Amino acid sequence: MVFTFAAFCYMLSLVLCAALIFFAIWHIIAFDELQSDFKNPIDQRNPAHALVLPEYSIHSLFCIMFLCAQEWLTLGLNVPLLFYHFWRYFSCPADGSTLAYDPPAVMNADTLIYCRKEAWCKLAFYLLSFFYYLYCMIYTLVSS
Amino acid sequence: MAQPARPAATYSGQNGAGQQPYSNGPVQNQLMHSSDGQGYSPSASGLYSHQTPGKVPPHQSSGQYNYSGSQNASPLNNYQGPGQTLNRPPVAPFSGSPVQQTGPVPQGLLPVLQNSAAVSSSGSFPPGASPPVLSSWQYSQAPAGQPSGAHGMGTGSAQPPASLSGNTNPPGSYQYAASPGGPPLQNSYMNAGSVPPPVTQPLTPLHPPSRPPLGPPPLGGPPLTRPSALTAGPPNTQPLLNSAANQEGDATSAASDGSVVQNSYDAIEGGGLMATPHPSPGPPNLKMNRSVGYSYPTLPPGYQNTSPPGAPGIQASALQYPDGSKHFHQPAFGTNHLAASMGSLSLQQEGLRPVNLIQERNILPPTLLKAPVPNLHEEIQKLNCNPELFRCTLTNIPQTQALLNKAKLPLGLLLHPFKDLSQLPVVTSSTIVRCRSCRTYINPFVSFLDQRRWKCNLCYRVNDVPEEFMYNPVTRVYGEPHKRPEVQNATIEFMAPSEYMLRPPQPPVYLFVFDVSHNAIETGYLNTVCQTLLDNLDLLPGNTRTKIGFITFDSTIHFYSLQEGLSQPQMLVVSDIEDVFIPMPENLLVNLNENKELIQDLLRSLPQMFTKSLETQSALGPALQAAFKLMSPTGGRISVFQTQLPSVGMGALKPREEPTQKSTAKDIHLTPSTDFYKKMALDCSGQQVAVDLFLLSGQYSDLASLGCVSRYSAGSVYYYPSYHHKHNPVQVEKLQKELKRYLTRKIGFEAVMRIRCTKGLSIHTFHGNFFVRSTDLLSLPNVNPDAGYAVQMSVEESLTDMQVVSFQSALLYTSSKGERRIRVHTMCLPVVTTLSDVYVGADVQAITGLLANMAVDRSVSATLSDARDALVNAVIDSLSAYRSSVLSLQQPGLMAPYSLRLFPLYVLALLKQKAFQTGTSARLDDRIFTMCQVKNQPLVYLMLMTHPSLYRVDNLTDEGALNINDRTIPQPPILQLSVEKLSRDGAYLMDAGSVMFMWIGKNCGQNFISQVLGVPNYGSIPQNMTQLPELETAESVRTIAFISWLREQRPFFPILYIIKDESPLKASFLQNMIEDRTESALSYYEFLLHIQQQVNK
Repeated sequence: MVFTFAAFCYMLSLVLCAALIFFAIWHIIAFDELQSDFKNPIDQRNPAHALVLPEYSIHSLFCIMFLCAQEWLTLGLNVPLLFYHFWRYFSCPADGSTLAYDPPAVMNADTLIYCRKEAWCKLAFYLLSFFYYLYCMIYTLVSS
Repeated sequence: MAQPARPAATYSGQNGAGQQPYSNGPVQNQLMHSSDGQGYSPSASGLYSHQTPGKVPPHQSSGQYNYSGSQNASPLNNYQGPGQTLNRPPVAPFSGSPVQQTGPVPQGLLPVLQNSAAVSSSGSFPPGASPPVLSSWQYSQAPAGQPSGAHGMGTGSAQPPASLSGNTNPPGSYQYAASPGGPPLQNSYMNAGSVPPPVTQPLTPLHPPSRPPLGPPPLGGPPLTRPSALTAGPPNTQPLLNSAANQEGDATSAASDGSVVQNSYDAIEGGGLMATPHPSPGPPNLKMNRSVGYSYPTLPPGYQNTSPPGAPGIQASALQYPDGSKHFHQPAFGTNHLAASMGSLSLQQEGLRPVNLIQERNILPPTLLKAPVPNLHEEIQKLNCNPELFRCTLTNIPQTQALLNKAKLPLGLLLHPFKDLSQLPVVTSSTIVRCRSCRTYINPFVSFLDQRRWKCNLCYRVNDVPEEFMYNPVTRVYGEPHKRPEVQNATIEFMAPSEYMLRPPQPPVYLFVFDVSHNAIETGYLNTVCQTLLDNLDLLPGNTRTKIGFITFDSTIHFYSLQEGLSQPQMLVVSDIEDVFIPMPENLLVNLNENKELIQDLLRSLPQMFTKSLETQSALGPALQAAFKLMSPTGGRISVFQTQLPSVGMGALKPREEPTQKSTAKDIHLTPSTDFYKKMALDCSGQQVAVDLFLLSGQYSDLASLGCVSRYSAGSVYYYPSYHHKHNPVQVEKLQKELKRYLTRKIGFEAVMRIRCTKGLSIHTFHGNFFVRSTDLLSLPNVNPDAGYAVQMSVEESLTDMQVVSFQSALLYTSSKGERRIRVHTMCLPVVTTLSDVYVGADVQAITGLLANMAVDRSVSATLSDARDALVNAVIDSLSAYRSSVLSLQQPGLMAPYSLRLFPLYVLALLKQKAFQTGTSARLDDRIFTMCQVKNQPLVYLMLMTHPSLYRVDNLTDEGALNINDRTIPQPPILQLSVEKLSRDGAYLMDAGSVMFMWIGKNCGQNFISQVLGVPNYGSIPQNMTQLPELETAESVRTIAFISWLREQRPFFPILYIIKDESPLKASFLQNMIEDRTESALSYYEFLLHIQQQVNK
């Protein structure tokens, strides 16, 4: 049992992944509240937006770590989402430091549905990757 | 330094007598209300439920009014929409929920006040009541130049002698009576047909001479009617006994008993214009058809209780329907009121008749196109909402989304909820009856299962009829809930009790922000604006609480202290634009009435103050921040006058338009360049502040960015390109007129609008100026009568087993008199299962309007050419769907259903409109302004703007003319918009909504030139003629009558430009010739060929 860099990467990403799962759940709750009128999108932007950049950066950090650790399979699994995040980040409207969840637009039913779907998909992805990282961590620890 | 909140200044000095002082500060409210509110407990509700408002002294505040102190959080959050009061008490900070059921307990300042007012005035009825009403109609003093409907009528309705209708008042505009060929206007008000005009006469006795405040509850109603109400009568298939005697009998019996005070019902129109809340049902106000609801005789006792809604009781005229010509007959009408099937079969056939567009050259009808009439039973249709207020793109709603997709037509609503109405029933009732689960307001399309239960037409829940609702204050009969005005009118206004308030109704607050940089002074706009403001200071909607303030800015921000006792206004300059603060806490916003001299002083001196200014910078952003800080404690309206690109401080913008840029270029800047203005608008919206932008600019000012400030705060945008007081007198006049309308029109503060629709339909996109607070709730810090809205809908679950669906919009607002009101519109439409029926019911104007809105969104989110393609595809898709699915035998040519025959023309008109045109080097700001208009204009004006009407006016005759108030209004046919229709020896009037052009042909008859224009010959027609002289000749009278009739139909004042061949405005005139080919756009015929090619592919 040797503590490799890859194992370290997986441990770290395990912890961070838990954070990402939390973020995703947070988003789901936030959109749900929006849809059911409990919240005002103006207030909404604060917590939701605060979490967008951290999420993106944490996820990019994963990718960089896996790149360095030469964990190609894991990296391959994460790259699509990474590109999606990049696209999301750069395609948001010119005026938008507010990123995707623009208060005036978010109540648009289409946008809201899209955002909810996105949040659910991410939650699923992070959950799966959580267990995958767990497995990989143990695997690297044991195999090496 | 910048104060987080103003010290709680009370308005007490400004309030009318007997009114509780309002306080500004959140803390004070909290104290005030909670201390008073202890007394009420939920258990007491039953006891109190019939207590009359008068019992509680006006000063007592309500228990319900537990105003939570969470002012720091955005009030929007606390602020509950019309729908939210009951069903989610735990979440809402507004914690009055236990008491909310106790409607009748007078909880608000307002109802208390009103009822006491009613009491006090009721003794001295006709003479005593009318003068205050008259005096309170501030608008009605507007000169005749302002033909706004509501205001004009206001005068009429307030004058007892103006019997039957306000028609004696010429300037009043009778917008709905405009149907050509209709009977004279007076008749059109009576379009409930079967009610003969004399029936309205006995109205007066219907109203109790006095309304003592402490009457017994309705339970103790007239002994005569109540037992009968409980007897189960035979099903109501009996013919109506239309006897005035019967009616009177009931009335008097009820009157003798007198005393039911819970509901006072006043037919005063307009809403919000009364200086003193005065709901006592004044007979003088009841003489219009509005009163048909009551004028209709009550049923004989035996038949009262089982008649369903839509049964004979329902006589209310479908509020000012455009076609005065319709004389509905009122047959006795059985139980199945929802059997919306049979009627107007012939209309069906007509609607489906395919038209070969290629062959039909003259497709344009000679009169203005009317909204299609939904294929409902006559009885229901009569109650339906006026299409000018509420319109659906498909008057036959497809049953499933699949069917809708197949039809390739957009499903949506177009609303004009706050339109000036000449007659609007207003109900003051302590309980507003709403569905318990979906919070729908009771409306004409609900069904009464029996006497005590009604079934919601949106969610189908069965609700109880509250005891109070059993009594009809109009007929004064107990046990006829289906005859209450709420169930008789698709458009109605409620006086909202305090459950509908989050804070005491705000006073009207107006703040004017003027750009006084060098550039602004150059244009000379300040003179015009200040002068117009001076002239209209007394006409600003408001009451004794009205507050006003001024800010000017260049690179610094100037505040004006209007403290009482000052000999002249004091200017305070804040030069720290990075961190703006309010220099003094008080006296920047002052009471208009108490400080009028000082304000007038300021307005007179303001234009001269900056004449030597050399400051060229403009700090609009900081000025807005300052204005926001000043307004945020109260909410209100900020009017910003800006003349250039903001250049310093927050929100500074850079020019983005390259002078040589063609609009075909890919990168055209329709999106805002900064989100500062959007954020500003959202902050404003949170504090109930709306920002209206007047942009008077010679150069590019980035309206795309600036406009956001109005868009999200529910303001409006006005744009005057190249405004200059000397070089551009046309714009000056336009500004004057529009500003006058802007200042004097009705205004609603701290408003929210909710749109509900029958279960199965869902709303997914909103268009207009507002902030969408939740899936069906729009936040409108200000609402004005010139704003239109559109929504897109989808069919979420299929509407099987439903014959009709309903839509309801509820607008909750604070009137300028400080009353909380709810204006409710309900529309009912049939559901169909076949594609051909969907096409039959298509409303081509509404479809065009909705498509235009969608196209604006598309051009902002994608590109302009995308939007244009989408428009063209909409035509191609719908016509090919029609061809492949509905037409049985394939004919050559381009076939369109009759209902959609104008669709290609209108879409072509949209493509040639400034917002969407390509090729010409339209200025970016122009384009964006037109887009703003598309989004914010009501459908009628949008259609005129898109496809103007062209009339030939040099040969007007009295043939087929309308006759209104002894005025003969000629009705020339509408011509196609093609130069081919113009002849050199004619004169033509083009009515494009906000502007009119009169083109005089070179060889125009000498007669017309001298008799109408009052000049000797063609050559001497002045270049900038904008007015027709009033001459004694028949031709002149006719022309002027026609033009003023056109003008009267809209609330604003379209300017008439008289143009000759060499006029600079000729280009704008010719640009509207939609059917012709232009340098970069197809002619109508070519466009048709293009579509045909695509369709037949």
